[in-house]
Amino acid sequence: MFSVRIHGRGGQGVVTAAELLAVAAFVEERYAQAFPSFGSERTGAPVAAFCRVDDRPIRSHEPVVAPDAILVADPTVMHQVDVLAGLRPDGYLLVNSAGSAPDFAQPGARLTLVPATELAMQHIGRPLPNAVLLGAFAALTGVVRLDSVCAAIRERFPARIAERNIAAATAAWHNVHNGLKVASDA
Amino acid sequence: MLSQIEGSQAVAAAVARCRPEVIPAYPISPQTHIVEALAEKVAAGTLAPCEYLTVESEFGAMSVAIGACAAGARTYTATASQGLLFMAEALFNASGLGLPIVMTVANRAIGAPINIWNDQSDTMSQRESGWLQLYAQDNQQAVDLHVLAFRLAEQLSLPVMVCVDGFVLTHAVERVDLPEVEQVDRYLPPFVPRQVLDPANPVAIGAMVGPEAFTEVRYLAHLRTLQAVQQIPVLSAELGTVLGRSVPGLVDAYRTEDAETVVVALGSVVGTLKDTVDALRAEGEPVGVLGLTTYRPFPLDALRSALRGARRVVVLERAFALGVGGIVTADLRPAVDVPLWTVVAGLGGRPVTVRALRGVFADAAAGRLEPLTFLDLDTDRVATELPGGSRS
Repeated sequence: MFSVRIHGRGGQGVVTAAELLAVAAFVEERYAQAFPSFGSERTGAPVAAFCRVDDRPIRSHEPVVAPDAILVADPTVMHQVDVLAGLRPDGYLLVNSAGSAPDFAQPGARLTLVPATELAMQHIGRPLPNAVLLGAFAALTGVVRLDSVCAAIRERFPARIAERNIAAATAAWHNVHNGLKVASDA
Repeated sequence: MLSQIEGSQAVAAAVARCRPEVIPAYPISPQTHIVEALAEKVAAGTLAPCEYLTVESEFGAMSVAIGACAAGARTYTATASQGLLFMAEALFNASGLGLPIVMTVANRAIGAPINIWNDQSDTMSQRESGWLQLYAQDNQQAVDLHVLAFRLAEQLSLPVMVCVDGFVLTHAVERVDLPEVEQVDRYLPPFVPRQVLDPANPVAIGAMVGPEAFTEVRYLAHLRTLQAVQQIPVLSAELGTVLGRSVPGLVDAYRTEDAETVVVALGSVVGTLKDTVDALRAEGEPVGVLGLTTYRPFPLDALRSALRGARRVVVLERAFALGVGGIVTADLRPAVDVPLWTVVAGLGGRPVTVRALRGVFADAAAGRLEPLTFLDLDTDRVATELPGGSRS
């Protein structure tokens, strides 16, 4: 079982991101369960969504209490919400930021930054970081493949919008993949 | 067809395959996605012939459902929480008139205090409305139970509520195997009503019954309701054959055979309990869980048989009776002659975690449970409101 919590603000596609991740796992013939944090669906308000991925049917309906990875679509929520709550030791922390790592460094978390908003503006033309983050997530964790993320995007969005999101997600995948490669070569 | 799909969308797809002819709808969280999805299907013409009515209230929705069903139409609606309460008077009429309406209830707490989150206070409050009640553990069961519900309702001429935990299931995107149209058509014959309001052949439905016959009418209704206890296992087995998978019936016993401690529960928490049981079994603890799929009528014999070997039984309740305690516990008492405890859990959306459930099993085995326990109760917070507490 691999569990993920995604933080952001209403309107950024946080809930959709969790659903896309579940569909990506489904495309790989695995089991997944995505669900939002309930009741706070207001534009701009902090929201969270969850996804579990497993090779076996998922029976539990408890909230994700100890995620293996945390994705942050908007780092400004980190001032309002304890985004790291419950993160497993050595868990992944993937933050949408064009800034530098020391700004977000957290003890015990494997921090990765990806300029998701910039990549979204470049490829989609709107500041929608959700699909971009999933491309980065695929490169970072290997829990799902990039082509599965792309298949999920194609299933969810109309063709033209899907292709733009796929371009953005693919750019994010390369961004993180190259970053990891540089780190391991060094 | 395997799909990774939101619970509400899956329920709507299953209902659509049952070919309802009238859907009166009034939105309320967390049910709204279901009737929205059905509205889209009707508007797109993929659910024809079906009349979709947006009504002014839940009372209107159930009243229209009564009229439509009495006129011979297969009728469906959905609601939750306060909406179910607003239907209450009409609910009793639907069952008393023997109208096989199927309704989804996306289980939600009842106010005050207002709370939109999940527990089962709403359907539990209507447990004596004469509707059959089926509780889904996950979205696969939610889908399958709706197909079962139409067949059961029409076979017995009684209304059925399919109870699906709001948000926890309705808003969860899970893998669901949606039944094919041909499978549903094979299982569910066209609706043949027992009697029809027809201007060409007038009959009266719902005439007044006086003291000379009211008891007999209610007694016969009781017998008809009890028929569901025999019918549900047959119908679930038949649906299982058509769909090629196990479909829940009366109860779902999981690792109860040699269990000393068994927890009885309804709805989505049963899955979490199964994970807990597996973890405890791996540590050598003799524990099991008994999911109650059919709550009305109450399958006392099936429960008695499933709980025969247990040394202690805990009922995990997602609702409770103020001033009394456990609701399901009271129903279950005649089925067991071993200690029976009530644990009230997950009220108003409070998460029920594996960690907390492990504590329930441990406390039960050690004899530490109170007869009525409120799981994860913040005792410090309530102490400040109690006499002698330090109110700030």
